[in-house]
Amino acid sequence: MTARWMTPLLLFLTGAAFLLSLMAGKVWIWPAAWLSNAPDGWIFLELRLPRALLGLGIGAVLGLSGAVLQGYLRNPLADPTVLGVSSSAALGGVTAIFLGLNTLPLGLFSCAMLGAGVSILLLLTLARGGGPLGFILGGMVLSTLAGSLTAFLISIAPNPFAASEIINWLMGALTDRLMEDVIKALPLMAIGAALLLTMGRALDGLTLGEDGARSIGVNLTQLRWVIVVGVGLSVGASVAVSGVVGFVGLIVPHLIRGIMGEQPSSILLPSALGGAILTLVADSLVRLTPGPTEIRLGIAMAVLGAPFFFMLLWKQRGRAA
Amino acid sequence: MILQCDNLYFAHDTHPALEDVSARLHPGQFSVILGPNGAGKSTLLGCLAGLLKPRSGWVNLGSDPILALSDAARAKMLGLLPQGAQTHWAITARALVALGRYAHRKGFGLTAEDQKAIETALIATGTGSFADRLVTELSGGERARVLMARVLAGEPQWVLADEPLANLDPGYQIDMLHLLRDQASSGKGVVAVLHDLHHAVRFADHVVLLHKGKVFAQGSVADVLTSSNLAAVYGIDAKLFSDEEGAIQLLIKGKTAP
Repeated sequence: MTARWMTPLLLFLTGAAFLLSLMAGKVWIWPAAWLSNAPDGWIFLELRLPRALLGLGIGAVLGLSGAVLQGYLRNPLADPTVLGVSSSAALGGVTAIFLGLNTLPLGLFSCAMLGAGVSILLLLTLARGGGPLGFILGGMVLSTLAGSLTAFLISIAPNPFAASEIINWLMGALTDRLMEDVIKALPLMAIGAALLLTMGRALDGLTLGEDGARSIGVNLTQLRWVIVVGVGLSVGASVAVSGVVGFVGLIVPHLIRGIMGEQPSSILLPSALGGAILTLVADSLVRLTPGPTEIRLGIAMAVLGAPFFFMLLWKQRGRAA
Repeated sequence: MILQCDNLYFAHDTHPALEDVSARLHPGQFSVILGPNGAGKSTLLGCLAGLLKPRSGWVNLGSDPILALSDAARAKMLGLLPQGAQTHWAITARALVALGRYAHRKGFGLTAEDQKAIETALIATGTGSFADRLVTELSGGERARVLMARVLAGEPQWVLADEPLANLDPGYQIDMLHLLRDQASSGKGVVAVLHDLHHAVRFADHVVLLHKGKVFAQGSVADVLTSSNLAAVYGIDAKLFSDEEGAIQLLIKGKTAP
């Protein structure tokens, strides 16, 4: 009964959070001023609109990727940040900047998506058989490695200005993104998300374990590749445009499961909507914090997400490892 | 439609699990794969189910090599209950049983035909009364029957089960054996890996006795589970006898002298 109304309610809340994100800030901009010629109209079109669209997009793909990865690995601790997919995408992006590939059209995006895709492929191939925690440990190793290589590239960057630009981007934020970047990122994220959304029933099949899923006719090889491409595109594009915003994919599916039940297919779309709501609201709140500079969204999410991870880990005790 | 394998070889890494295994299994029969731990029972069932690819040899379902069938085509004809049947998420028993329709479903939602197959499977396994409860809240015996209902919901012509009695109380074990027996009597082919020789003696139409990856003997219970075969394969001193009701039973007296 509650589950039935959940998706429409989440859709409504997503719309509300989007509107909030368009209006909230040091300067509140009410709808009447959105298309005016006053400075408020300029702030709206050049700053608020791209920022809100990005929040909507990256929140949705991060929530959805978390739900898909958790379903595939049958592990509620999986998420693009925990598995090192986001930091690998960041490494891809930094490599692109280092090699000057970012001057090519979509150069930065391609490298970030490649980084994300390769990391998920490595993880799904190498960490199999390691049990539920094998993937998490594998992800930690990938994440640390990608972080170190990123730091290395920054340390040998010829130009200190470029280095500080990179660090700024990596920290994860939706501020000062150009509409041009948003227009590049959104279609890539949408394609990735659409791919992932078609995998619901195959993920349901994995409730029976791998042998069970194969025996009912799930093509696991195909599923794995769709996840590699879908997560690669969507998480890669989101990192390329807004750096590492962590833990959305960890927090949201967990909360959604509490309401919708645990069937993997029934939490995919709600997790995407929930991710968008969380990101839009969190991004509006960081804008409203007093002080000369705002808190980075990526940092705020990490502060929120890390305790959440430990809470989930605590709840896991007693469940078969 | 006969399920048969010819000259199967299978190796886990370099250790051979199956060597030159051939068997013909018939619909309408309850076939049981027996053998000591490590004899290759589960590996053989995995090959028969089309989930494991043998190094050489063939598994044919009717006239088709099973590995040549698409995942969906294979799943429609052949249902498998894997070992240690797991349920990873807390979904309802009915939703779990509906997974058995995976290969049949097109588009969104369940068709009337899907619903009917699900209801029939729930009734056949006696699981209808708790169909709306979460599988994680069920007892081991209840969950095992729900998982079997999932296999039956796919309306397969062959039912393969890997140790379907594991972790079941004696009463539930007998229920499960009767369920498999009934499936065979209705014309389906049933193949189960069992551990308990007594169960095999009472229920099997056909026995494949594996020993160290090879077929030691196969055929009827009386032909296969002879005292000399049981001594050679299991190292036990045992014999078949007719009880006062005329049913064949197995008496295990002890281990054979070394």
